[in-house]
Amino acid sequence: MQKSLLIDPGKCTGCLQCELACSYDNEGVFNPAKSRIKVFNFHDQGRFVPYTCTQCDEAWCLHACPVEAITVDRASGAKVVADDICVGCKVCTIACPFGTVNYNQSTGKVMKCDLCGGDPECAKACPTGAITYVDADWTGLERMRTWAAKTDAGQRATA
Amino acid sequence: MKYVIAGAGPAGVIAAETLRKADPEGSVLMIGDEPEPPYARMAIPYLLAGDIGEKGTYLRKSKNHYKDLRIDYLQDRVKKVSAKQREIVLDGGGRRAFDALLIATGATPIKPRVPGLDLPGVHHCWTLADARAIAKRAKKGADVVLMGAGFIGCIILESLLSRGVTLTVVEMAERMVPRMMNDKAAAMLKRWCAAKGVAVKTGTKVTKIEKSGRGLTVHLDRGKPVAASLVVVAAGVKSNVGFLDGSGVKVKQGVVVDDRLQSSAPGIFAAGDVAEGPDFSGGWSVHAIQPTAADHGRIAALNMAGHPARYKGSLAMNVLDTAGLISASFGRWDGVKGGDFAEAADKAAYRYIRLAFDGDRLIGALALGLTDHVGVIRGLIQTGVALGDWKQKLMSDPHRVMDAYLARAYA
Amino acid sequence: MAWTGKILRVDLNRGTCKDEPLNMKWAMKYLGQRGLATKYLVEEVDPKVDPLSPNNKMIMATGPLTGTCASTAGRYSVITKGALTGAIACSNSGGFFGNEMKNAGYDMIIFEGRAKKPVYLFLEDGNAKLLDAKAFWGSSVWDTEDGIKKKHGDPLIRVASIGIAGEKGVKFACIVNDMHRAAGRSGVGTVMGSKNLKAVAIRGTLGVKVKSPKKFMKAVAAGKKVLADNAVTGQGLPAMGTQVLMNVINEIGALPTRNHLDVKFKGAKNISAEAMAEPRKSDGKANLIRNAACFGCTIGCGRVSAIDRTHYTVVNRPQYQKASGGLEYEAAWALGAATGVDDLDALTFANFICNEQGMDPISFGATVGAAMELYETGVITKKQTGGIELKFGSARALTDLAELTGKGEGFGAEIGLGSKRLCEKYKRPELAMQVKGQEFPAYDSRGIQGMGLGYATANRGACHLRSYTVASEVLGIPEKTDPLTTDGKAGLVKAFQDATAVVDSAGICVFTTFAWTLNDIAPQIDAACEGNWTVEKLLEVGERIWNLERQFNLAAGFTGKDDNLPKRLLKEAAKVGPAKGLVNGLDKMLPEYYQLRGWTKDGVPSNKTISRLAL
Repeated sequence: MQKSLLIDPGKCTGCLQCELACSYDNEGVFNPAKSRIKVFNFHDQGRFVPYTCTQCDEAWCLHACPVEAITVDRASGAKVVADDICVGCKVCTIACPFGTVNYNQSTGKVMKCDLCGGDPECAKACPTGAITYVDADWTGLERMRTWAAKTDAGQRATA
Repeated sequence: MKYVIAGAGPAGVIAAETLRKADPEGSVLMIGDEPEPPYARMAIPYLLAGDIGEKGTYLRKSKNHYKDLRIDYLQDRVKKVSAKQREIVLDGGGRRAFDALLIATGATPIKPRVPGLDLPGVHHCWTLADARAIAKRAKKGADVVLMGAGFIGCIILESLLSRGVTLTVVEMAERMVPRMMNDKAAAMLKRWCAAKGVAVKTGTKVTKIEKSGRGLTVHLDRGKPVAASLVVVAAGVKSNVGFLDGSGVKVKQGVVVDDRLQSSAPGIFAAGDVAEGPDFSGGWSVHAIQPTAADHGRIAALNMAGHPARYKGSLAMNVLDTAGLISASFGRWDGVKGGDFAEAADKAAYRYIRLAFDGDRLIGALALGLTDHVGVIRGLIQTGVALGDWKQKLMSDPHRVMDAYLARAYA
Repeated sequence: MAWTGKILRVDLNRGTCKDEPLNMKWAMKYLGQRGLATKYLVEEVDPKVDPLSPNNKMIMATGPLTGTCASTAGRYSVITKGALTGAIACSNSGGFFGNEMKNAGYDMIIFEGRAKKPVYLFLEDGNAKLLDAKAFWGSSVWDTEDGIKKKHGDPLIRVASIGIAGEKGVKFACIVNDMHRAAGRSGVGTVMGSKNLKAVAIRGTLGVKVKSPKKFMKAVAAGKKVLADNAVTGQGLPAMGTQVLMNVINEIGALPTRNHLDVKFKGAKNISAEAMAEPRKSDGKANLIRNAACFGCTIGCGRVSAIDRTHYTVVNRPQYQKASGGLEYEAAWALGAATGVDDLDALTFANFICNEQGMDPISFGATVGAAMELYETGVITKKQTGGIELKFGSARALTDLAELTGKGEGFGAEIGLGSKRLCEKYKRPELAMQVKGQEFPAYDSRGIQGMGLGYATANRGACHLRSYTVASEVLGIPEKTDPLTTDGKAGLVKAFQDATAVVDSAGICVFTTFAWTLNDIAPQIDAACEGNWTVEKLLEVGERIWNLERQFNLAAGFTGKDDNLPKRLLKEAAKVGPAKGLVNGLDKMLPEYYQLRGWTKDGVPSNKTISRLAL
């Protein structure tokens, strides 16, 4: 079964170990600014919300890419950016209604979560179990998808 | 089913691929008029900048992509469409029957009525052929005049600069990218370009271009003429609809389509730069942008194959990298009557954001110097999420748009 | 390597910002953060300087591990000559600011001189500039932080700033980053205020590297596992925070109560971790909302609290009805037990104000406790207090004074002197519960003997974080010692002092040492940093740092006579509890301590010690 990242903000303490693990795995340095997962801090509510790509079926990023730099990894289902093909046009960054594709000014390419090839570092680094990698059924992905459907440019027929 | 797709840009290609998935048995014919495999015009600036080769602009990278999907590709051009006979006539003389036709013929650059635009050394920047011609002349130190500082002009600006040319930009309107930016943002952009060594002349018209010696002289309606070895014309584009005269297909700015991307003629659809489709922000518009082409192509194809799919309308949105300053615009950034605006600017840092609301819903935005999570602006606009108390928070600090999204739409 | 190799020198007189290379020779001897910045201060500042003069300098320093994924590695310290103490000051803070500074490309920022007008430093990836802070002067920490983020249009900017307390010269003003994390003690915020420096705002996206990434990741993973498996760092602290100690310390009769008049506080249970988690009657919600972590921390001891909306402190004041940094043990003790107040929400409010206006809740609460004793003994009256009935146990007096002190107004201006100056002013110096001008934290040294020696010898004045022998004497970490005896405490204190100096110089949090020893820490430092960092070498570094700080204090005019405790702790025995009848036996421990340190009997490092440590 396809697995997904399950995020439980209620368990997140805001330590950013996920961002450190992500940036280290992707960039070789510790640099939260280059992390594909971001923890948002609602200070006056005492809430921390880790946030990254849900690898949605609609894949606006993939469809918006003019040069086929974003493809689906068949094993993990992740939408993956090929750095050698991406020209850095940034269209995917405005096309993704979840805001999970970001432009990396230092490389001139876009970056997004690729599920680390099916073994996400953020989940492994999370000390509280706020981020886990589990069977897709458990992730509340449906809720996300319902929301996603509202953004959908058209009703998807089950072709 | 016989499907014919006129045009081999992103809308055409995505439609062809979707058709193959939606109707494994049907025949799919895609017709493009350029000699290269289908490519992305959007990638041309990066080709000019030397970031990629021509192959890097191709829409699909696998060599046998179309063949593998049993998509027939024909290099030709549609001369005539007959809705009644359900057939097209090709430039090359052939005819093709269709059960469903997609018009995805894109757009062509507008050629302003300025004497001298046919001289050697004056080029649009639209096709790979154009790019090759520009690359030949845009050498280090060459004087280049860019006519038009609209969206396309500004994208080309970046690649010309990276080739080391001395650049003068002439824009008719009083500000740069007038359709994507307000005065404030455009003024920042102009200042940024000036700091990068680009001479930007807004509110200025090119009156004529003359040959002088081995180069060109560009005459302006104000100020001294400018010498150039290359003039790049980026004065906007128009939908390619000329061949539809007498076809029975209703055309305004583009081919008018309904929320199934079907034209006035049953069985004839349109998608991409040529289509005048439902506008998310109201009415009908031609939105010549990549995401719209992708959405159009997909949804038109589903309907062509008999899978009903409705389109909620395209959202005007653009992202632009002008010599390193990144800007984005969404929807009704210019606002609606009675709506509020939230705005914040840091001129020194070239950062600007403006949000436009209708009640407590976000309807448009403009951002300069901001790149992280900008996509949620699209999400907030297109889902029409009621922002509630977050509206006030955004009025106070519009930079918290990601927080607002998480608070109101996600969590 | 883990250092960025770069420091930023900010000349506030001239308004200039300059990069210079980090002195790597010194880094090899002093590691980073506390040790390395002290070395810079010692080399550049006359120890006799008035702490508030432009000739004092203030250094913000990260450690080599700061910004890496080692657990808790987000720390920075502020090193200067302390306004409260006149001694070397080194105040350590968590939150996210330290990492941001490292990611902006600097190991340290040295501030010198004094700006003519209020300014703030804005630093973005190696680009630093001083900007006009007129709009923020006179604002709280909270408004300043929000205002700067808004002005620069970036919610991800990290800010360390002073509140009105620091502007007004409150002697125990602190520097607050990330809304409620503070470089808290010794008046480092007062020094910052004297420099007309309102805030330091940073955005860093450059990345932090380590020497041997693979080795480092392995060492870090091992370290994290040790923390997770440990009862204190894996369970106690995440669930209860440092407040887990309130009932424990009260039980053993070591909770200083009402200005150290008592060692047990009846109201302790009302202000404990357990009380914070209990649903209240009014709305069924608990004071504690959740625990929160600083950058990279896998422990997560931080508290996020909200005050009962019907509580007198916050009615009609929505800005205080939101969640913010809740009570840590030291603050709960100082605001509560030290003053005899057991109204949890009043304490939480006073704590919010301390964060909002940038003052050290320990020194504030303890000074209020001293003032209460002055009041109850009739030394001061309502005439001095401006009408405040300053009785032990008065929540109103506490919260009113928190607001007044935070703004340096009314009798708050006198509280802002700190207990030593306040009690001297009213000719009762013996009522000030302090060492070297700095108020005690939350452990009574009659009930925990080793802490007495630790307080007396701590280089920044009374402090629990220089040698937290509570770990051994109460919690049995790394091994249990008897809190009621002085035997062996000299050695214990020295060992804790040296090891802690290393931890404070590395970029990590001292709370890791509930679970970690240097055996866990050394491999992480060694994999991250150039050089060969063994446990032995680190211990030597720690001892070197301790002696360097000592030398600064001696040169500043302190002597062995200042390694002392107030008479109350040496003469007035504990009245109840296990320590009943005991005073602190400092005289039994101090000579042995000097000897172990290789100091003369006057407390001066001998030539032999100086040369052994290559000082």
